[in-house]
Amino acid sequence: MSEQPAAGTVSLDKTASETRRRFSFRFEIDPARKESPWWMTIVSIVLALLACAIFIAANGKNPWLVYEKMFRGAFMSEFGITETLVKAIPLLLCGLGVAIAYRISVWNIGAEGQFVAGAIGATAVTVYLPEMPMSLTIPIMIVFAVVAGGIWGALTALPKVYFQVNELITSLMLNYVALLLLDYLVFDPWKDPKGFNFPGTPMFTDAQMLPVLGDTRLHLGLVFALVIVLIYWFTVKYTRWGYELRLIGANQDAARNAGINIKKHILIVMVISGAVAGIAGMSEVTGVTHRLMYGISPGYGYTAIIVAWIAKLNPFGLVISSVLFGGLIVGGYSVQTMGLPSSISSMIQGAILFFLIAGNMVSKFRLRRNG
Amino acid sequence: MDLITQLLVAAISSGTPLLFATLGGILIERSGVMQLGAEGLMLMGAVIACTTYIHTGSLGWTLLAVLVVGGALGLIHSFLTVTLRANQVVSGLAMTLFGSGLSAYLGKSITGTPIPGSVPKIDLNFLDGIPIIGDMFAHLDILTWFSLILVILAHLFIHRTSWGLHLRAIGDNPATADVMGIPVQIFRYGYIIIGSMLIGLAGADLLLVYSPTWIEGMTAGRGWIAVALIIFARWNPLRALFCAYFFGAMDTIGFKIQLIGSAIPSYFLKMIPYIITILVLMYLGWRNRNKPSGSPEALGAPYIREQRF
Amino acid sequence: MRETFSLEMKQIVKQFGSVIANDHVDFNCKPGEVHALLGENGAGKSTIMCMLSGVYRPTSGEIYIHGEKVKIRSPKDATKLGVGMVFQNFRLVQTLTAAENIVLGEKSSFWRGPRWMKNKTEEIDSIAKRFGLAFPVDRPIWQLSVGEQQRVEIVKTLYRGAEFIILDEPTSVLTPGEADQLFLTLEQMKSEGKTVILTTHKMKEVMAAADRISVMRKGRMIHTIDKSDTNEKDLARLMVGSDIAPVEIQGRTRPRGELLLNVENLDVYAEHGRKALNNLNLKVYKGEIVGVAGVAGNGQSELAEVLNGLCTWKKGKITFNGVEIKTASVRGAIEAGISHVPENRMKSGLAGSLGVVDNLLFKSYRSEHRSKYGFLKIKSNREWSQRLVEQFDVKTPGIDAPVRQLSGGNQQKLLFAREIDRKPELMVAVHPTQGLDVGATAGVHRLLNGLRDEGKSVLLISEDLEEVMQLSDRILIIYNGCVVGEMRQEEANRERIGLYMAGIREKEEEAV
Repeated sequence: MSEQPAAGTVSLDKTASETRRRFSFRFEIDPARKESPWWMTIVSIVLALLACAIFIAANGKNPWLVYEKMFRGAFMSEFGITETLVKAIPLLLCGLGVAIAYRISVWNIGAEGQFVAGAIGATAVTVYLPEMPMSLTIPIMIVFAVVAGGIWGALTALPKVYFQVNELITSLMLNYVALLLLDYLVFDPWKDPKGFNFPGTPMFTDAQMLPVLGDTRLHLGLVFALVIVLIYWFTVKYTRWGYELRLIGANQDAARNAGINIKKHILIVMVISGAVAGIAGMSEVTGVTHRLMYGISPGYGYTAIIVAWIAKLNPFGLVISSVLFGGLIVGGYSVQTMGLPSSISSMIQGAILFFLIAGNMVSKFRLRRNG
Repeated sequence: MDLITQLLVAAISSGTPLLFATLGGILIERSGVMQLGAEGLMLMGAVIACTTYIHTGSLGWTLLAVLVVGGALGLIHSFLTVTLRANQVVSGLAMTLFGSGLSAYLGKSITGTPIPGSVPKIDLNFLDGIPIIGDMFAHLDILTWFSLILVILAHLFIHRTSWGLHLRAIGDNPATADVMGIPVQIFRYGYIIIGSMLIGLAGADLLLVYSPTWIEGMTAGRGWIAVALIIFARWNPLRALFCAYFFGAMDTIGFKIQLIGSAIPSYFLKMIPYIITILVLMYLGWRNRNKPSGSPEALGAPYIREQRF
Repeated sequence: MRETFSLEMKQIVKQFGSVIANDHVDFNCKPGEVHALLGENGAGKSTIMCMLSGVYRPTSGEIYIHGEKVKIRSPKDATKLGVGMVFQNFRLVQTLTAAENIVLGEKSSFWRGPRWMKNKTEEIDSIAKRFGLAFPVDRPIWQLSVGEQQRVEIVKTLYRGAEFIILDEPTSVLTPGEADQLFLTLEQMKSEGKTVILTTHKMKEVMAAADRISVMRKGRMIHTIDKSDTNEKDLARLMVGSDIAPVEIQGRTRPRGELLLNVENLDVYAEHGRKALNNLNLKVYKGEIVGVAGVAGNGQSELAEVLNGLCTWKKGKITFNGVEIKTASVRGAIEAGISHVPENRMKSGLAGSLGVVDNLLFKSYRSEHRSKYGFLKIKSNREWSQRLVEQFDVKTPGIDAPVRQLSGGNQQKLLFAREIDRKPELMVAVHPTQGLDVGATAGVHRLLNGLRDEGKSVLLISEDLEEVMQLSDRILIIYNGCVVGEMRQEEANRERIGLYMAGIREKEEEAV
């Protein structure tokens, strides 16, 4: 109803009294600048490392030595690199799940629970189904993991779509439920009777394990992850459904005008997101631990959120950031000999995210002189 | 003590950390900013409380340290969300991740070390003989009493003072509040900082009163339950009291049922609080589908001044 | 004898970028009068009132209150000077009660116990009763009807001691009964020496309530006149400007065809249960442009939404191409051959961050030309997009450039390219030339005429009366959710349309 200011820039029309009291500048939010420049990510990471250095120093350790050891441990040896890649696999897959959901503005914080669900699903095959050759066992385990993860994802989507329950809380709660379910299974019905009370299932048979590269721990899961990345990239760019997702993510109103059923898409996307995280769980269980056990995830689902955010939903960015964070986790383990907890990596992750957000927003501002 | 009384007593001891966190979250969300960093804040509160107490032996310094750290983290969150207008969800998540990581890091050296004392209790011996009430209230510690007083103060503040009115306006319709001359940004900073202090205090209470040794991740999702409790309590301090105690009871009910010797494995009983959270939210969503939910209307949206008219 | 003015605004200019919203406007008020600001949408009446109430600051010009020059830099300044404005979208906090809203921002006591509230409530009640404005004081705002909410807003200004009360299109949200009640309130305010300024486009209220009337058009003040010296016809003429050269009419090249769209007795409800369309009847034939004129907010948006499947209807029947449309479905509308150029192209028509190709695919991506077996035909889509961009002369840095980088005119051309390429049977174009320059506007008009010449139909919903008169073969006027008048292009004239737009019915024209 009112007259519109000229199209193009939206400016903060600070009234004169305010302006005199505060700055003689004007902040302008440039709507055309949706993405922050690529170097902002690097700056954020550097700043985060600096900030954490303060904490490390406060604890009496030399931060530069610590960082050097982390880097060496993660990237400078054959063992380190393969370990980094091993950690990157679940991060990549869970990150994909988070990214797929975030494309349509759905917050999937439940990747952790979906990961566990997938691991449980895959393990169920070893417990309940008869022995089969690997060529059958592995695909069936994948199917079970996909179904389990997909169900877990749906459990987050259904309350959202039908009851307007915020998916953040639902997915979070389901994470804890999944972990408790895991605990139950590995401490009780599925526990290895010969395991000396170790909370885990019996070791998988050869048919139930993923083949590895040489004598490293790098397993076939890497292939799964890369294949899924390619499928994701291809789908978003070349298929009708990928187009619909892009449209919903860009402008929900316009998507509705184009006849897209948003609720249906939320459901589908969450199921897929959960399924992909489920595959991450399956590959971890069959490729790395070779059993279902307590503590199967050191927070992959949560780290995956940062991985997805840094990559800005770009599939190839996801690969890079998952390797980066895989290295961070491995680096964290390698400084344990210095007496530091491996959780140092979570602290750095959180700091990176903080600076990323700040950097993201700061880059949207432009300083203009008033007048 | 019979089971009911046991549950009620446990409700208070287990529910008080939840209550602090929920009250802090209510203040923050009422001003229109989402608070999803509660888990990280609580963990930080707990680890700071533990470390400071072990190193200084003084409860006073401990509580001060907790408040300062909570306030500092709150300052970060408010800077990001109010001044930089960053996405409030991501900022909260970052707070959780950072707080979890940092607390694990800081707590490594003191894991398993018990605190050198305990929080003083207020002994109301005249209540001792009274059934139920006596067991519940006769020997509560000062932090718990503080939480109860806080509930009343918060309720009075929000509903009976001019500042409380302004708070409600800011969270609901910041444009209108701004037009009426209320400094929205300043108030939001203030409420976020104070609210974060309270959430940090929640973590401290968890450690000092409920479970006096530091374990990594000891809040086990309580911060997130508090986020949900804010919604159940419909952003109202009095209701928050009952919701927090209810969930406190739920927390221990699994344990208690086990003691009776039920066949249900404890793991499923531990799931109860989380599942109930989802179910209650679903119920609320269904029931309020045609009415406003009572949430501050402006929740989640950064306030930008040019958006008036 | 010259009466003293309580308020004078002299040579007010307000510019937003290159748009001049107020062009050297003079406006004045006498104490104890009801002064109506009459004009269509975009005439500039809200803008000038916003400057009086401190929401905008004038680019140039002066304001005098009781002879003293004042600078109104913010709503607070305005309130101090005794100016209070009631906007169309209320400044009320929904979860607070009426009383709480009214005392919001007051600096008095910190502690507000029940007794304090009781005092304030009584004070508010007495003000309300004095002016005949009844509303429940202690219930949260969201429980109050729109009319009651407006009364809360009015009392808010009175409570703050306002001497000048500005009401922005007050009756647009009221029932006729509530409107009459409002006029009584205005009388009471007048008798207490207050000055009331009403902005409106409705003739009836102006004649019923105002003492003096100022007519604005296209940002300029046209004329100020006492009510006793004028009548509705004169005012309508001033409002739409019949002294402008007669409109160039672009005639039809072929006779119209059979009935394409038949809307019968349509009732549509918007939010808060407000009835947006009220027993609306509308017919569109093949090969014609039907223009829907009217001031915004009389149901146009809802009409467009219904036809495109975006909203449901409570009562009524819609028949398209002989087939009855039973349910609201966007896909159904798209497949039936209905095209939509929405009024806010960046909000609902285009995805700003996506490229040209992606935006062109909106409606047709499901068709077999654009995708097969679920895969988009990337290469052929790009070629198709290139062709469209050239055909419709859309200036863009490239077909992958994000659409938000395009100028408004080119964005609109893109939208049209998309919708016309589908060869629709009916195009629903809502304010299609809003914000476009002369060249782009002419381009759009050419496109619409082109559709008509091919035997297709256009439903043109626009606030720009000139545009409607230029293009339409038949003109319908919509007011309060139903079609109140209809005329063929040959018999159309601005005066009559203006009267209809302002809610004055002559005789019901039978739809041909």
